[in-house]
Amino acid sequence: MAIKWPLFFHKLGSPRWFYRIGGMWLPWMAALTSLLLLVGAVWGLAFAPEDFKQGNSYRIIYVHVPAAFIALAGYYVMALAGAVSLIWKMKVADIVLKCAAPIGAAMTVLALFSGAVWGKPTWGTWWVWDARNTSMLVLLFLYLGIYALYNSFEREEQAAKVCAVLALVGTVNIPIIYKSVDWWFTLHQPATLKITQASSMHASMWQPLLVMIAGFYLLYATLLIQRVRVEVLYRERRTRWVRDIVLQAGSVRK
Amino acid sequence: MLGPEQVPGSLEATAGTLRRDLLLAYRRRGDIINPLVFALIVVTLFPLGIGPGERLLAEIAPGLVWVVALLACLLSTDSIFRDDYLDGSLQQMLLSPQPGYFLVQAKVVVHWLVSGLPVTLMAPLLGLMLSMPGGGYLPLLVSLLFGTISLSMIGAIGAGLTVGLKRGGVLVALIVLPLYIPVMIFGSGAVVAGCEGRPYSGQLAVLVALTVLASVLAPLAITGALRINMDD
Amino acid sequence: MTCERDHRLLFEDLSFTLSAGRVLQVAGANGSGKTTLLRFLAGISNAYSGDILWRGDPIHKVSAHYRSQFLYLAHAPGVSLSLTALENLRWYFSLNQHIDSQALYHGLREVGLEGYEDVPGFRLSAGQQRRIALARLVISRAPLWILDEPFTAIDRGGVTELEHLLCRHARDGGAIVLTTHHALKLDMAFDRVELEEGQC
Repeated sequence: MAIKWPLFFHKLGSPRWFYRIGGMWLPWMAALTSLLLLVGAVWGLAFAPEDFKQGNSYRIIYVHVPAAFIALAGYYVMALAGAVSLIWKMKVADIVLKCAAPIGAAMTVLALFSGAVWGKPTWGTWWVWDARNTSMLVLLFLYLGIYALYNSFEREEQAAKVCAVLALVGTVNIPIIYKSVDWWFTLHQPATLKITQASSMHASMWQPLLVMIAGFYLLYATLLIQRVRVEVLYRERRTRWVRDIVLQAGSVRK
Repeated sequence: MLGPEQVPGSLEATAGTLRRDLLLAYRRRGDIINPLVFALIVVTLFPLGIGPGERLLAEIAPGLVWVVALLACLLSTDSIFRDDYLDGSLQQMLLSPQPGYFLVQAKVVVHWLVSGLPVTLMAPLLGLMLSMPGGGYLPLLVSLLFGTISLSMIGAIGAGLTVGLKRGGVLVALIVLPLYIPVMIFGSGAVVAGCEGRPYSGQLAVLVALTVLASVLAPLAITGALRINMDD
Repeated sequence: MTCERDHRLLFEDLSFTLSAGRVLQVAGANGSGKTTLLRFLAGISNAYSGDILWRGDPIHKVSAHYRSQFLYLAHAPGVSLSLTALENLRWYFSLNQHIDSQALYHGLREVGLEGYEDVPGFRLSAGQQRRIALARLVISRAPLWILDEPFTAIDRGGVTELEHLLCRHARDGGAIVLTTHHALKLDMAFDRVELEEGQC
C-alpha cells in the first residue's frame, strides 16, 4: 500500500484524472445527498417532537447547525488545499482552493441567516452579539478576505498561492479567534441570553440532526467536485482531452 | 579564485537590515506623525458624534482608544514593503544567501518602532481626552506596548500578500482586521478591567503570549508571501 | 568550474551550458523572454519545466548555497533613493559578503562615483543611480553574474568601463549571463543564445 501512495497522489494532482473520477462519483453522491437531506428534513421538521421551551422554532437547527459545521470545515478544506498547493505544487489543489471559497462563504451566510431567523422568535431580535454569531461573522470576513485577495491578482497561480498562505494564517487564527470571542462573551453575557443554553436534547431530536449533518457534508462535497470539474474544463480548454470531450458532447446532441 | 570566502552570519545581516531600515525611517521621519494626527482626529470625532457626556465617554473610552490605536497602526501597514518592492531592494534581500526570516522580522520591528510605539506613547493622551478612569492607564500602556507588536506582525502578513499589487490599501485592511480581533479583545479587556479596578494581569499574560506567537510565526508567512509576490 | 543549465517551455528545448571564464549574451526581440530566462536562472520564478543545474545540482535543491554564488542585477536594481550610495552598498554587502569600508570606497571610485559617496540617491542622475548598483560588480566576489540590461542609462564612457569589468571578471574565472540591446564589444570571444519570437 505504502508504495501505491505516490502514484495515487500523482493521479489526484492530474486535472484530467480528477475530472474523470469525479464524474463517475458525482451521480452517486448527488443521489445520496438528496436522499439524506430529504429524510433528515422530513424527519426533523415533521416527526421530531416539539421543544417544550422554544416550540417549533427550534427546528431551524436542522439547517443552522449543519451549515455552521460546513462553514468552519470549509475553511479547513481551503487551507488544506492551500498547503497541498504550496508543498506539492498540485494544480488540482489550486482549483479546489478557489472553488471552496464561495461554497464556504455561502454556507457561512446560510448559518448567519438561519441564526437570525431563529433569534427573532427566541430572543425577540434578529441579531445578538453572542459568541456563536460573532465568531460566524468573523469567519465570513475571513472568507471575504480570501475572495477579495484572490480576485485582485491577475495570474491564477499567483492568486492561489497567495490565498493559500492567507488560508493557512487564518487556520492558525481561527481557534484563537473562537477562544477569544468565547472569553469576551462570558465577560459580557447579558442575562437575557441564558435561555439559549442548550437544554439536553432528546435522542429523537438529535438523530435527524445527524442525518442532516451527514447530508450537508455530502452536499458540500458534491458541490465542490462539480465546481472543480467545471474549473478544470475551463483551465484545460486548450488541451486535446478537453476538446475531445466537447466534440463528443456535441455529437451526442446531434 | 572567485567565490565569497565567508557569507556574513544571520546576526550581521539582520543588524545591517535593522540599520538600513532605521536610517530610512529617520529620513522619512515626517511620516511618523501622520498616524498620530489621525488618531487624534478620530478621537475628536467621537464626542462630536455621540455627545460630550463625560460618563458615556468614560464608559466607552477603553475600547475606543484601543480601536483607534489599532486603526492608526493599520494606516502605515500597507507601505511596509512597498518601496523596497518597487526599487528592487526586496528582491535583492530575498536573493541574498541569508534566510529571509530574520531580515523580515527586523523590517517589521522597525515598522513597529515608527508606528506602534509612538501610538502607544500617545494613547494616554487619547484616554485623557475621553475621560478614561485612572486605573486604566497602566494596562493601556502595557497592553498597547505588546499588542501593537502583534498588530505590526499580523499587518505585515497582509502587506506581504499584497505587495505585488498596484494598490493594496483597502484590501490589506480587509485581510488583516479580522486577524486583529483576538489582540484587540484581550488588549481592551485588560484596560476595561483596569478601569473597573479588577485585576488585569491574566489578560496581559494572554496578550504577551499572542505577541510571542505572532512574532515567531508571522515572519514565516510574510517571507512566503513576499517570495510568491516576487515571482510575477 | 562548470555551470550547466538547460530547460524548456517558453522557449522550447532550450539548452545551454555556461562554463567558468565565459560570457553569454542572451539575445532576442522584446518579449522573447530574455528577462524571464534570467529570472529562472536567479531562482526568482520556477514556472518552467526542465532543470537548471549549478555545478551538477538543481538550483532549488542547493538554493541557499547557490544564492551566495551569483549576483543578480535586475531592471529595478535594488538601490533605495532615500539612502546614499555608501549606505546602499553597505546594506547589500552586509547580506552577501564580508568587506571593509575601503572596498566600498574603491568600488564607488571605480564606477565614477568618487565624491558622491554621501549624496542621497534621489539627488543623483539616473545613470549615477544605476552606477551604484554597478559598484557591486567591482566589489563582489560572486562567481556568476546574472545581468539584465546592465548598460541601461549608462553613458558611452561608462559602457566601455563596464565592458572592461565584464572581461576582467571572465578572465578571473567568473561566468556572466547578460541581456543587452547594445552591441556588446568585448576583448574576448563570447557566446550568444538567440531566443525566438515571443510565444507566451
